[in-house]
Amino acid sequence: MDIWDLTVRFFSMTDANVRYVVAGSVLLGGIAGAFGTFAFLQRRSLIGDAIAHATLPGVGFAFLILGRKELHWLLLGAAISGWAGALAIDAITRHSRLKLDAALGIVLSAFFGLGIVILTYIQKTGAGAQSGLDKFLFGQAAAIGRQDVIVLAVIGAIMVTVLLSLFAKLKIMTFDAGFAASAGLNTGLLQFVLTTMLVVTVTVGLQAVGVVLMAAILIIPAAAARQWTDNLKIMLVLSALFGMISGVTGAYISFLKPHFPTGPWIVVSASLIFIFSIMFATKRGIVVRLVRQLKNRRKMTEDHVLKVLFKAGMDSRNWRALYPPLHISQLWSFGAAELKRGLKRLVSRGELEKEGGMYRLTENGVSSGARVTRLHRLWEVYLERHLELPPDHLHRDAEEMEHIITPEVEKRLEEMLGHPVLDPHHQEIPYFDKAKS
Amino acid sequence: MSPELWVIFTAILAASACALIGAFLVLRQGAMLGDGISHAVLPGLALAFIITSSRDVLPMLIGAGAMGLLTAFLTEFLSRTGRLYRDASLGIVFTVLFSIGVILIAGFAGQIDLDQECVLYGEIAYTPWDTFVVGNTNLGPRAFWVLGVVFIFNIIFISLFFKQLKITSFDPALARTVGISDRLWHYLLTSVVALTVVAAFESVGAILVVAMLTIPGATAFLITRNLQLMLILSVLVGVASALGGYYGATLTNTSIAGFMAVAGGVIFALTLIIRNVIDKTQALSTVSLQKQAITPIN
Amino acid sequence: MTDNRNNAAPIEVHDLTVAYRKKPVLWDIDFSLPEGQLIGMVGPNGAGKSTLIKAIMGLLPLSSGFIKIYGKPLEIQRELVGYVPQRESVDWDFPTDALDVVTMGRYGKLSLFGRPSKEDKEIAMDALEKVGLADFAKRQISQLSGGQQQRVFLARALAQDAVIYLMDEPFAGVDAATEKAIIELLGELKNKGKTLLVVHHDLNTVAEYFDWVMLLNLRLIKLGPVQEIFNNENLRTTYGGKLNLLSEMAEKIGKMP
Repeated sequence: MDIWDLTVRFFSMTDANVRYVVAGSVLLGGIAGAFGTFAFLQRRSLIGDAIAHATLPGVGFAFLILGRKELHWLLLGAAISGWAGALAIDAITRHSRLKLDAALGIVLSAFFGLGIVILTYIQKTGAGAQSGLDKFLFGQAAAIGRQDVIVLAVIGAIMVTVLLSLFAKLKIMTFDAGFAASAGLNTGLLQFVLTTMLVVTVTVGLQAVGVVLMAAILIIPAAAARQWTDNLKIMLVLSALFGMISGVTGAYISFLKPHFPTGPWIVVSASLIFIFSIMFATKRGIVVRLVRQLKNRRKMTEDHVLKVLFKAGMDSRNWRALYPPLHISQLWSFGAAELKRGLKRLVSRGELEKEGGMYRLTENGVSSGARVTRLHRLWEVYLERHLELPPDHLHRDAEEMEHIITPEVEKRLEEMLGHPVLDPHHQEIPYFDKAKS
Repeated sequence: MSPELWVIFTAILAASACALIGAFLVLRQGAMLGDGISHAVLPGLALAFIITSSRDVLPMLIGAGAMGLLTAFLTEFLSRTGRLYRDASLGIVFTVLFSIGVILIAGFAGQIDLDQECVLYGEIAYTPWDTFVVGNTNLGPRAFWVLGVVFIFNIIFISLFFKQLKITSFDPALARTVGISDRLWHYLLTSVVALTVVAAFESVGAILVVAMLTIPGATAFLITRNLQLMLILSVLVGVASALGGYYGATLTNTSIAGFMAVAGGVIFALTLIIRNVIDKTQALSTVSLQKQAITPIN
Repeated sequence: MTDNRNNAAPIEVHDLTVAYRKKPVLWDIDFSLPEGQLIGMVGPNGAGKSTLIKAIMGLLPLSSGFIKIYGKPLEIQRELVGYVPQRESVDWDFPTDALDVVTMGRYGKLSLFGRPSKEDKEIAMDALEKVGLADFAKRQISQLSGGQQQRVFLARALAQDAVIYLMDEPFAGVDAATEKAIIELLGELKNKGKTLLVVHHDLNTVAEYFDWVMLLNLRLIKLGPVQEIFNNENLRTTYGGKLNLLSEMAEKIGKMP
């Protein structure tokens, strides 16, 4: 079968096995994505990593005791030893001067070492050759079956119920544990719930993602979601969604190429979502920020053009004189290309008129020029009166502020300063555009 | 020498080299950076294999060193521009790099002499058969010599630059005000960690490198309040873990590297318990003394 | 060392603006410190006091402006400036003893491979003696009390043998007796012609401790002799409102892309 046929087979989900794999990885990704959010916000992401590594000996022990591979027993073993790992981390930081990161390194590696010892023991005793326990290291989504999906769905339902009933409290706890304590919440119990959620999340993720890369599915969807929103609810939903997409993508690729482990592909697809988010997210995205910077720079150029033309008008008492671009560029140190584009934008916005290759202010343009000039000079008055800055320090600050002051701040400035007529350099502060409108 | 002895010495060297440089990671709260680097070197190793189709040491060192530094840089970069906490940034960077490494290994399985299990817990038991031959003389396992050189390099690095490493670990701000760049030394230390990790990688694997980087230093930190002594003790704990790991593993027929981590964990746990018992008994006996001895000022 | 001192002011700060994530925390600061004075720096929380100290020490990137130490950039005058950071800035569980920490004050004078000499250790020991901790030289630093740790930092600055000292809240968390001892020591340093800039919290003791005072809140409110400028009116400007608009605008700039 070629890739196309396999793809059709995967996404049409006519095959029951495929349905289980897809359902399983959606559940896994969604649970890990959502509940990883709490660890991420509590700055406990790497604790999730340590707990994931700490589950390995539990898996091994469960297999040794049971003698066969039954997922729910293995997962129970994993959860118990994951919890033991969490307690060990706590014990180390509490009973020694060692810091959290050292405790994490110790627990993570020592528990993992024990897990490896047990796994190699199982392998060499013969029983383990077919155990497939090594799939827990890097994950193998293709192995998810009907029973696994049921187990996952039940666990997921329980966790969502707990989440919904404790949401407000968990939110406070995540945001500010100190405040939660002072507000009379049982922080010990809440932290227990959060740690249990983390342990359970890690445990259910084992099969698809594996021990080694578990941290990624806890952190990356949450980190990506964080780029889009400041709202915890939205973040949880987004993170769960990103987790699901990554889970399905990982499962799809390991369906195409069965010899690849799933975990790394889940991580790589999650990281692509993360990179996309960090570039294009509506609020914090790098691209969005660059665009906003560009807009700001454009606005500054426009403001400066309007200001210098207005000032020239003030000096000559003729607002509608025509100026060639060369003359304008001498009034301010504009770059040639920057000025050309700025003039063009101003013309199209109706603030300037172009006539025979020369420019002049329209009525709108005069008003805008007056406003920029007024903001500049008002700010200078403010700095002089309230900050007692010397006159030679006023201009540079005001140069920045004139572009930022909003109408609301402007009004407050005017009232606070009592509508001053002259700026500290004894230049007139223009108000006439307001009188007109 | 018998193959067993070669394995033991290789294990001891791997543990010692890691323990020495790892002690500084523990002091700088950088144990998890060590964890990150030990994962992140994998794509560097894989690429070196694929490009040179050999297991020459130099390309591997370059590839891995570059990945180690990349981890440190990217973590910085993400925590600044992505406005993420540092631990999350590190978690993202190393898991992604490690995933790429695993995919490369699975995809180029024919060309890379590394398998997924080896990546995690090494194959120290096979080191005696990968030997270092000069002319007609068989000098013993390659891993032994590589680790030996790295161990000696670490000793020289730390003794030459002890004061820089100490001051930037204790008080980076003071270091900068007296003209010792904390950033420069952070990246130098990161590079040396990457070098050590690569050398130990084949023998003990990515995650158990973390055991040898973190556990001996942390154990020594519990025992002593003197930095030089801490470094020496750290190496001793490393050696003890290596010996305990080797014999434990031979006895149970399990992974040597895995058992080294377990042995280290047991030594650490015992030390932690003993330390607490000692501190408690001391605290009991000094409470009464302290009441008399109020420290004079001037 | 004295060659570097010429006639310029010990510290000259010009047009200094410092921002965290673009939000200005120091705004257009301009001053010259007089030589040989004990100067207190006072202002509300978040006024930028520590930031100013760190900026002068070259620990922060400047958004604009420059700083000169005796007329030259800090990079070539490092040896002239001693620094006492806040006590919480380091991990006191670090495995080392008091003498060793004080000896670190000498590291700036050592070559790349150099080790502290016998003389360096003697200087460090002297410094410990001056702060009354000679008996604690070999004490592990986590076993020192808060006041003793503060004095260890002070001793380390003494061992730097500087002519300008910048101190970030040296009285924080120390008992009254230690505070007295520290202020006496600062007085001695001043009498030797050193210039000291000290972040201080307690307005009640400003007049008693310092000759000059710097009032700071985002911008420099006033700098001058205590008798002249340390009055209610200036304190009201420093601690009071009126600057809402400026802080708001600072906030706005911080939010800009």
